[in-house]
Order: sequence, then structure tokens, then C-alpha cells
Amino acid sequence: MEEKIDHLTYEIIEICLLAGKIMLQSGAETSRVEDTMTRIAAALGIPRSHSYVTPTGIIFSTDGAEPAKLIRITERTTDLHKVAEVNSVSRNLSNGDITMSEARLLLREIEAHPHTYPIWFQIVAASIASGCFLIMFQGGWFDFIPAMLCGGLGLAAVIFFQRLVAVKFFAEFSAAFLVGLFAFFFTEISIGYQVDKIIIGSVMPLVPGLLITNAVRDLMSGHLVSGLSKGAEAFLTAFAIGTGIALVFILF
Amino acid sequence: MIAQLITSFIASAAFGVIFNAPRRALPQCGFVGMVSWGIYVLMNASYSTVLASLVATFIVGATSIVFARLYKTPVIIFSVSGIIPLVPGGLAYDAMRHFVQNDNIAALQLAAQAFFISGAIAIGLVIAEVLNQMLRKLATKLQ
Repeated sequence: MEEKIDHLTYEIIEICLLAGKIMLQSGAETSRVEDTMTRIAAALGIPRSHSYVTPTGIIFSTDGAEPAKLIRITERTTDLHKVAEVNSVSRNLSNGDITMSEARLLLREIEAHPHTYPIWFQIVAASIASGCFLIMFQGGWFDFIPAMLCGGLGLAAVIFFQRLVAVKFFAEFSAAFLVGLFAFFFTEISIGYQVDKIIIGSVMPLVPGLLITNAVRDLMSGHLVSGLSKGAEAFLTAFAIGTGIALVFILF
Repeated sequence: MIAQLITSFIASAAFGVIFNAPRRALPQCGFVGMVSWGIYVLMNASYSTVLASLVATFIVGATSIVFARLYKTPVIIFSVSGIIPLVPGGLAYDAMRHFVQNDNIAALQLAAQAFFISGAIAIGLVIAEVLNQMLRKLATKLQ
């Protein structure tokens, strides 16, 4: 009898950790990850659970004699769709609309899901966004096409370099360098006119907007470790972009 | 101004795609971005950039919370696309450029301004969040 209960508890812990892992890897803020894990545990019969979530790992324990479990998070992407999906699974579980095994199945499905949009579509979106930002920052319509090209190139370069080398900041640095280089090239051959506006517009898809928001929200909800480390990551990204652009200016 | 509003809508929705936001949330993402940019541009005409950013992010936070309630999705999906246009990328760029040209005094001025605007964005989000929590507590007390 006792063994059966233990088995059940382990399964609950496993589901909580899976949900937390998906959310954290997809770019959810720390308090949401902790909240979701506690809610799922409560819905499945563990009213008091403790979780400690940092950007690189999750520690989860029940209030009982079971050992605490740890999950290491090495890869983080941005996939807000998955955050919303896990959120709705936890909501349905709390309302009693789905059972534990259904929830586990759903979570496994979400984890195996590819990104919502294919990469080419994201690159197209980045180039459209860059063109629009150029107009928002008072650039002229004649620079629209060069900004689109540079912006799409920037995101494509980040994705490519990140696959090539695991260092995220190097990928951002090289992408920003390429963006600057091509913006200069376009103005040199007089396809573009204002090199500043083109660069600002096309660097925008690389800006760590999600990290900044998450860092602030984490700090304000008292998750000091996560908030500071996300802030540091955002700062490093911004610095990498700035250095990449600066290098173009030094060279030319 | 109309071109600004349209481009900010498209840009914010496109950012939703880059962040893999759910497909049905994309129009709302664009709307939040458009509102934030519209308020920013209007305020920036007569007030300082820092104040304009503060007010615009506060509105972003408030609209995102309302949308999150309506569509039962996490707040962050909407607020991220909303603040992207306000990020002081242009200022940071100018600061970097002056640093490279050894014009450190101008660069520091620009960098300080970019820093304050980032702070304003953070505080705007926080004020919206705190107000939301206060209203929630008030609602549960009244029940």
C-alpha cells in the first residue's frame, strides 16, 4: 500500500517538473513557473509543495519525506505559445476538467511540439518588423527595402550562428556586425540613404525585449536571483549588439 | 501619424511571430503595440521622452492585463510586444556611435538617457502590475 502511494507522489512530481521545464525553456517569468507547479501539485493532491526556480534549473520538493528533485535547464528559447498551452493545462487540471494521465499526455505533446511558426516565416516577420521600425523612427520610405533585407538577415544570422556555436552572445555579436556591414554596403551602392536609420530599424529584432520584461517582473515579485541573472543576460545581449555595430564603424 | 500607427501595429504583430505567440493573440499583440506607440508619440511632442515612455508602458501593462483576463492567456504574451517599440534602441545606438568616435561626453549623456528610459519602462510595467494586484485584493475583500 505504501509503495503505491509513493509511486503516485513520484508521478505527480514528475508532471510538475515537466510543466515547469517546458514553461521555463519557453521564456515564462519565474513566478508563473513556480505558481503553475504549485497549482498542479495542489490539484493532484499535494497541497504544500516548494519550488525554487532559476533560469538554469528547477528544484521541486513536496512537504513529505520524498527527496527533492532537480532539473537542469540548459537551453532556453522564446515560445510564448507553449507558455500559454501549459498554462491552460494547469487551469484545466485545477478545475478538474482533465485527469492526471491526460495532463501528462498533453504536457508530453506540448514538449514535443515544434515552434508555432517555421523559421522562414519568423525571418520574414523580422524583416517586415525592421521595415516598420524604420518608418516609426522617422526614416524615409526609400530605406524600407534595405532595412527589411538587413533585418531579415540579422535574425537569420542569429539563428544560424547559434546552431554553429553554442555561445549566444557571439551569435548576437556576429549578427549585429553583419547587419551593420550590409547597411553600409547598401548605402555605399546608393540603394539606401540613411545608414543610421537602417541599422536602428534592422537591429530591433535582436533587442532582448522579453528578457527585459521578465527581469523586471521577476525582481518585483521577489525572485532576486532570476531577476538579476536575466537582467545580466539582457545587458550582455545589448552589449553584444552594440559592439557588433561599433566594430563596423571602427572598420569603415 | 496614420503611417506610424499602421507600422507600429504590423511591427508589434511581427514581433509576436518572432516570439512564437499563439496565432489568435497576434492581432491583440499588434493592438497593444499600436496603442503604446501612439501614446508615446503624442506625449513626446510636449513632454519629456522619459515621461512619455512611462505613461506608454503603464498603458501597455494595463491593456495587457485586461487582455490576459479576457483571453485567459499569460500577461507576458501581450506586454512583450507592447514594450518593444519603446525600447530605446535608437539612443543606445547613438551612444555607441559616439563612444566609437571618442566623443565620450556626448556618448555618456545619450547612454544616461537610454538608461532612464529603460527605467521608466520598468516602472511603468510595475505600476500597472501593482495597481492590478491592489484592485484584485479590493475585489476579494468586497465579495
